[in-house]
Amino acid sequence: MSRISRGKSGGITRRGFLIAMTSVGMSFGFPRHLLAAMNPASPDGKVLPSEGDVYEPSLWYSIDTAGKIKVNIIRSEMGQHVGTAIARILADELEASWDDIEIIHVDSDPRWGFMATGGSWSVSQSWPVYRKAGAAGRIALIESAAKKWGIPAAQCQAIDGKVVSNKGEISYGKLVELGLTRQFTEDELKTLPLKPNQDLKLVGKQVTSLDIANKTNGKSIYGIDAKVDGMVYANPILPPTRYGSKVASVDDTAAQQVKGYQKTIILDDPSDSVEGWLMVIASSFMAAQKASKLVKVTWDAGATTKVSEADIINHGKTLISDQSKGSILDTGNVDTDSAFAKASSNISEQYITDTVLHAQMEPLNALVFNNPDGVWEVHSGCQWQSLTLPVLAKALGEDQENIVLRSYMLGGGFGRRLNGDYTVPAALASKAMGGVPVKMILTRAQDTQFDSARSASVQQLKMAFDNNKSVIGMEHHAAAGWPTQALAPGFMPKGVNDEPYDPFSIAGADHWYQVGAQKVRAISNDLAMAAFRPGWLRSVGPGWTGWAVESFMDEAAHHAGKDPLQFRLDMLIAEGRNAGSTPVAEGGAARQAAVLKKAGELIGWGSEQPENSGLGIASTFGQERDMPTWVACGVQVKVDKANGLVDVEKLVIAIDAGIIVDPNGAEAQCQGAALWGLSMALYEGTELLNGQYKDANFDTYTPLRLAQAPEVKIEFIVNQYPPSGLGEPAVTPVAPAIANAIYNAVGVRLRKLPMKPKHLRAALNQA
Amino acid sequence: MAKFILNGEAKSADVESDTPLLWVIRDELEMTGTKFGCGIGTCGACTVHVGGRATRSCITPVSSVEGAEITTIEGLAEKDDHPLQISWKKIQVPQCGYCQSGQIMQAAALLKDIPNPSDKDIDAVMGGNLCRCMTYIRIRDAIHEAANTIKEGNDEQNI
Repeated sequence: MSRISRGKSGGITRRGFLIAMTSVGMSFGFPRHLLAAMNPASPDGKVLPSEGDVYEPSLWYSIDTAGKIKVNIIRSEMGQHVGTAIARILADELEASWDDIEIIHVDSDPRWGFMATGGSWSVSQSWPVYRKAGAAGRIALIESAAKKWGIPAAQCQAIDGKVVSNKGEISYGKLVELGLTRQFTEDELKTLPLKPNQDLKLVGKQVTSLDIANKTNGKSIYGIDAKVDGMVYANPILPPTRYGSKVASVDDTAAQQVKGYQKTIILDDPSDSVEGWLMVIASSFMAAQKASKLVKVTWDAGATTKVSEADIINHGKTLISDQSKGSILDTGNVDTDSAFAKASSNISEQYITDTVLHAQMEPLNALVFNNPDGVWEVHSGCQWQSLTLPVLAKALGEDQENIVLRSYMLGGGFGRRLNGDYTVPAALASKAMGGVPVKMILTRAQDTQFDSARSASVQQLKMAFDNNKSVIGMEHHAAAGWPTQALAPGFMPKGVNDEPYDPFSIAGADHWYQVGAQKVRAISNDLAMAAFRPGWLRSVGPGWTGWAVESFMDEAAHHAGKDPLQFRLDMLIAEGRNAGSTPVAEGGAARQAAVLKKAGELIGWGSEQPENSGLGIASTFGQERDMPTWVACGVQVKVDKANGLVDVEKLVIAIDAGIIVDPNGAEAQCQGAALWGLSMALYEGTELLNGQYKDANFDTYTPLRLAQAPEVKIEFIVNQYPPSGLGEPAVTPVAPAIANAIYNAVGVRLRKLPMKPKHLRAALNQA
Repeated sequence: MAKFILNGEAKSADVESDTPLLWVIRDELEMTGTKFGCGIGTCGACTVHVGGRATRSCITPVSSVEGAEITTIEGLAEKDDHPLQISWKKIQVPQCGYCQSGQIMQAAALLKDIPNPSDKDIDAVMGGNLCRCMTYIRIRDAIHEAANTIKEGNDEQNI
């Protein structure tokens, strides 16, 4: 394990484009930061050395004298093949040869600016940045070659890693060897000429993702695989409540019989990430795990030992019934009272979702030590380095610049690793032991107990109709535990009533349908907030708001006596606020109408179904209105009325994410996301029971298995809009499509997720 | 002292006899391709071959495999070119990749027992391997693809 000196500055220290001949890496061929980075395609993840001098046209990549291009990726790899997609964007604009590309997942050096991987943001946000970075390098290389030849740059072209003119050709590597001096002003950078989208050559073409091979031979290195000489192992002991428990007594007499047991440390955590935790230290993970079961601990427990799922849901209902609670979003005309006052009819329904676990395959872990330069090295997969660093700094009582998070592959993120609280106990244990390397691994049950679950939610939806059964008003009230309030309150905007709200716990309710007056009210469930730490879970708010909106749309269509597909299309009008206000959102509601029609076509909407079978459709968008990916789902289900089992026989997704950078990766994300949607609709969901999640492991928490995966068809809408995101949106329309199909098959409406056989049986019995 | 054959090489490790094979392989023998997922044999991430049979190494005490031949993902094929590894790459099955060692080891055992598996066979045998990224559609395709490759290879040999 390399130990690296970290100066306070050096090289380029701020985000943006600083195009210049740079001395970083000169003569060494190996910039310091690369020692701390990971190449997912190389054996053991080590970054390959560069040849000779290195030219860094911008912060985002370097070119060596062999023409090899190292692309710096600040996004974490957790299955999206994100490095491949981003490098494709850069290589295309740079006119590089794809064979020369290496991707580098970098550490948390401040030079990279804000580091987070979530929200389906990676490709969408990287698109303009890496294109300009590529254009800058291309222009610098062309100008350099033109100068050598003594001809105008306009007579030169960059193609496939070379500059070509009637004087001949020079490779990028050779140009780097000859030296580059081109500098750009800030103004020039802003106006860099980009290729027209239709001239892109790598974007949109099939490619084998660079991280794939090592994921088929065991060579990919995840956080759990991190090792360093002299490390000890740790396994924690968790308190009875997420917050407020204090250790009253500890007796490790029995643990002392375990070979390799060293000691038990009571953590003192100024960051309040792991109140009431203890860490059992041993010479192996097995010894630590064995000993941790033998240490007898008593706590003065926190206040939530009696809180259960029903309490959270009932509290949510109470909060919703109090009109003074919560934040009202800006949806244009929010005066729904007058719409409902003049309505000829209205409907109102309540939707409930149970707590959902991340259950990522790689249990939480972290290896932390204080290196010989006094820097705290944190070796662990992480989705939000910029959020985790200040928490670690507070916990350790150190400056952030004295802490570095090293990059590893993530054995699943799904939002769990946005919240880096799991790095804290390893850091505190290492600190308590004078900085020795401490490697903590949680067992599955501990990982589950410490999950930042998706909060249970309660939603009340109302719709007002005029005497033509046209919609004139809609309300959506939603109460849940808010992850952003718990972890990143600075990211909460304010509503029209000046109250803050968690955008990740309401987005989706502010849909693209024209419904007249529209009120969307988001309420933080303070009992949930006290009982556990709510987390962002793949698809966040739209994963449950979309379920309510789209179940309700079907109910509204039936109330209005209209076909559910046509009812929606009639309200998807790309006008006013629904026309789309950002480049990514251009086209607005019309693009949602297009995916909806496509999904209807793919599932055979309107076709006759056998008895107890039905089709269902739903259409949503993820993740927010300024970066919408419009998606529609059609399903065909068969219901076994005797046992309440729902068989999803066919699932189609039509999706519009603008330009698709990596078609194969995009399809994989949508396949996985759609099956996540199915899994959460029918097979997942836990409940809080006396302050803890009821399920602890995969014996009772049961995400979808292979035999339950139906035929899935993904169809992308082809267009030239800038890319939006793809990691999450396809999760969101699946559950409501299934609920709508169940209704069409057997005539009962399920308004609670997950939709388990017992719920369906109960509904059938009542019908 | 635990002794067994790992990927064709005799290995020994000074561990307690009840230590699960998984942790001997990962922590003592430092081969980390085999993964820890649940610790109770319900997710399949830790699947290795013991005497050619797919086995959940997280619930297999090392004492129970004394002298046995054990194969991990690292030893499945010398050049990482088992037909399943080839089809896995071609179809780009892995997403996060964490469960894939176990998936491939389970699938390799499946193809040994049932060289030309039906979808139902795949459902039955692969049901114990959880993939949280839900790469199931591609896992199924890649198993069929590898089965076809093996079959074609055998057919050629028989000509």
